[in-house]
Amino acid sequence: MIEPDPLPGVAEVAPGEPPAESSEQGILGYVVGLVLASGLTAVSFYITRGNLFWSPSISTALIVLAIAQMGIHLVFFLHITSGPDGTNTVLALAFGVLIVFLIIAGSLWIMANLNHNMLPMDRIMNMQR
Amino acid sequence: MSATVTADQRLSQAKRITVGYGFWIFLLSDIVMFACFFATYAVLVGATDGGPDGRQLFHLDGVAIETACLLASSFTCGLASMAAGNRNAITFYVAMAMTLGLGAVFLGMEATEFLSMAARGAGPTRSAFLSAFFALVGCHGVHVGVGLLWLMTMVAQVYAKGFRADILRRLLCFTLFWHALDIIWVALFTVVYLIGVAP
Repeated sequence: MIEPDPLPGVAEVAPGEPPAESSEQGILGYVVGLVLASGLTAVSFYITRGNLFWSPSISTALIVLAIAQMGIHLVFFLHITSGPDGTNTVLALAFGVLIVFLIIAGSLWIMANLNHNMLPMDRIMNMQR
Repeated sequence: MSATVTADQRLSQAKRITVGYGFWIFLLSDIVMFACFFATYAVLVGATDGGPDGRQLFHLDGVAIETACLLASSFTCGLASMAAGNRNAITFYVAMAMTLGLGAVFLGMEATEFLSMAARGAGPTRSAFLSAFFALVGCHGVHVGVGLLWLMTMVAQVYAKGFRADILRRLLCFTLFWHALDIIWVALFTVVYLIGVAP
């Protein structure tokens, strides 16, 4: 006899939990994540040292590689997916990313603006005399 | 899950989801706190006050080894969580011991780097850039240290109490915490070390 569902509509997988599957598939997921993350890390270190790339483009490339690697970690290590079980987790993550973006971009913007509008330091020193 | 699970198992799984989700919210708030440190660092990175800058201070070889250690420890931590799910005690202890070792190597290398910088007169009091650097990287290091203490506690709990449902819930939280630390380190080695020495 099948028991009635005590909590209908509750998701079946906790955040960070591997989806129910065989352990070979589970380990394969971690191995794929490790290989992809190592590859992205190696590329990041390589383009920093080498003279292969046009130097002003390197920092942008590094940030893109880092964001890609964080995505790899989220999918293969933390098992954050866009499936129906993960809706709340993904929504919380999206809100977190929004706050992080506002803090970093907002701080850089407002501090650059203040810096731009500030008198040069030697003139401030003269005014205080 | 098959359709024949009991109501008890169903409730236990529901509790596991609630605990995991709550800890996920905490981790996101921790990441927001790190974002404040990152913003501070990005604003102050040029404020060296005539002192040394990142290009003179950072050695990428050590950072590469630290990164490899933390990435490998994230992998072994995942293996440990799978072993716990399969109630495989030997694999669990071995994977947790490897995670502990790799984390300890990371922490030791970071401490050595901090001490050698301070010995060269580039301590946190030298310039605003170095204050922001030590605050950001040190905060991550403190998290790793706390994570290692938590890891040892979890091994002791599994040893003393076995793979009980409540222990497995704590283990789920620890796994989330350790993977989140690795994600923060990805942002950290890119923004601080690689962009700091990039031409």
